[in-house]
Amino acid sequence: MIYVDKLTKFYGPIAAIQEVSFTIEKGEIIGFLGPNGAGKTTTMRILSCFMPASSGQARVAGLDCFTQSIEVRKRIGYLPENVPLYPEMPVAAYLDFVAELKGVGRSERRGRVAEVMERCMISDVQQRLIGKLSKGYRQRVGLAQALINEPEVLILDEPTIGLDPKQIIEIRQLIKSLAGQRTVILSTHILPEASMVCQGVIIINRGRIVASGGWDQLQNQVFPSRRIELQIDGPAGAVEEALGRIPGVSKVASAESAAGLAAFVVESPGERDVRGEIFQLAADRRWKLLEMHQIGTSLEEIFLKLVAGEETPTQDAAEQVP
Amino acid sequence: MRLWAVYRKELRLYFTSPVAYVVVGMFLIIAGVFFYLSIGSFSIYSMQAAMNPAFARDLNVTELVFRPLLSNTFSVVLLLLMPILTMRLFAEEKKSGTIELLLTYPVKDGEVLLGKFFAALTLFIIMLLLTALYPILAGFLARIELAPIVTGYLGLTLMGAAFIGVGLLASSLTENQIVAAVSTFAILLIFWVLGWSADMVGPFWGKLMSHLSILEHQESFGKGIIDTKDVIYYLDVTIFSLFLTLRSLESRRWRG
Repeated sequence: MIYVDKLTKFYGPIAAIQEVSFTIEKGEIIGFLGPNGAGKTTTMRILSCFMPASSGQARVAGLDCFTQSIEVRKRIGYLPENVPLYPEMPVAAYLDFVAELKGVGRSERRGRVAEVMERCMISDVQQRLIGKLSKGYRQRVGLAQALINEPEVLILDEPTIGLDPKQIIEIRQLIKSLAGQRTVILSTHILPEASMVCQGVIIINRGRIVASGGWDQLQNQVFPSRRIELQIDGPAGAVEEALGRIPGVSKVASAESAAGLAAFVVESPGERDVRGEIFQLAADRRWKLLEMHQIGTSLEEIFLKLVAGEETPTQDAAEQVP
Repeated sequence: MRLWAVYRKELRLYFTSPVAYVVVGMFLIIAGVFFYLSIGSFSIYSMQAAMNPAFARDLNVTELVFRPLLSNTFSVVLLLLMPILTMRLFAEEKKSGTIELLLTYPVKDGEVLLGKFFAALTLFIIMLLLTALYPILAGFLARIELAPIVTGYLGLTLMGAAFIGVGLLASSLTENQIVAAVSTFAILLIFWVLGWSADMVGPFWGKLMSHLSILEHQESFGKGIIDTKDVIYYLDVTIFSLFLTLRSLESRRWRG
C-alpha cells in the first residue's frame, strides 16, 4: 500500500533523510519511531505530497506521490504534527469545508461530517470555534478532517502529543479501531504507544532506517539471546563455574553488587529458558538465591540499543519547514 | 468546483475576523469625508454661480464631484488600504501551518489561489458598492450622468483586482503579514510614482512610464471612456501577478 524506495531529501546541504526504503502492506498499522530530528516529519510530508523528495520514489496505493499527486491526495488522510486548523471556524463548518475540498459530494457531505464527528467524539462541540477548543479536542478535530474522505491510507504525525492520559487512550483506541480497513502510518517517540497500537515498527535515526519489522522479529534481531540477572549468596568462584556448566548457557558475566554478594548475568539463546535450572542448582548446593529476573527486552531497550552509540542529532532544522 | 470551497472559506474568515470590518469601515469614513468636502465646495461654487450665469453653464456635479472622487481620491485611499485586505491570504496560512493541510488536499494550487483571489475581489466590490450611496444621494439633489459613474466604478474594480494580485504575490512570499502588507504597499506606491517621472525622461520613456503607472489608467474611466489600453493594463497586472504567485506556491516543490 505504501512503497518507499531510496527516498532522500536535502534541505540545502543537510540531508534530512537518506536512502529511506520500506513497504507497508494494506491494513497494517505501522509505527514510525525515531528521536527528534530523525526525519519522521520529512518522510511523512513526502508521503502526503506536501513536498517532493530530492531523489527516490514514494508510492501510495500504486500511485507516485509526485507525478500523480492529486490522485494520491484523494486516497490519504494526513494529520500534521502541530495540527494546523483555522481557529476562527466552527468545528462542523470546518469539516464541511474539508469534505468539499476532498471531493465528498454535496448530498453525502452532511451525513459524512456527522458520522466522523460521532466517531471522533466531537459532536458535542460542533458549533464551537476551533480556537476555543482544548488541545485534546483540537487533536480529534484534526483526526476527523483526516478521516472525512474515508481514506485508504492515514498518515498521522505524532497524533497523541500533548494530550492527557485519558485522551491518549481514547485516540489510541480510535486509531486501533481503524486497523484492517485502513493502512495507518503514525509517527511517535512514545515507545509504549507504538507497542500498544502498532503491529510493526520502522525505526529511523539520523535520516536512515535502522530497523523495521514486527515486534518478535525486532526483538530477535536486536537481542538474539535471553539474559538473566541474579544475585546469589555463595562462594563467587564456585557459583560462576557451576552456572557456566548448565546446558545452554552461553555466557556468564559477574556483575558488581552491594555488600559483597555475588551477582551474575547469565546469557542463553532466546528459546532456552534456564531459570528453573538455576533455581535447582542453588537449592542443591544450598546457596541462597536472593534475586533472579529476566532482563526485559522492552521496546525501550530495543530502541535505545538501535539508536544509542550514535550521538543525538544536533540538526533540529530537519524537522522544520525550509 | 473546489475553488468555491476555498472561496467561501476565505470570505467567511474575512467576516469572522475584525480586519474586513475595520478596512471597510475606515474606507467608508474616509470616502465619506472626501465626498462631503467636495459636495460642500461644489455647493459654494453653485452659490457663486448664481450671480454669474456664464459660470453656471459649466457647473456639472458629475464632472466636479464624482470624477475626481472616483478616478483620483478613491484610488489613493485604496492603495493604502488594499494591502491590509490581502496580507493574510497566504502569510497567515504559512505561519499557522494550515497551508500544509490545504496543499495536501486533492486540490490544485491554482484553485486555492483563484478561490482566495475571488474572495478578496468580492469583499472589495462590496466595499466599493457601499459608496454607490453617494451618487444616489447626489441624484436627489442634482442631475447626474450615469455613464461616467458606472465606468468609474468599473475602472476601480479592475484596479482593485490588480491590487489584489500584487497583494497575493507578496503574501505568498512571506509568513509575516506585516511584511506582506508593507511590500504590497511599496510595490503599488512605486508603480504609482513611476508616472510622475514621465516629464523628466525622454518622450519614449515618458510614455512608457506613464503607461506603467497604476493610477494613471483611472483617468479615462472617470471621463466615461472604456479604453482597451487601460482594461488590458489592469488585466495584465492581475494575471501576471497571479502567475507569479502560482510559481511562488509551487516553489516548495523544488526549493531545498
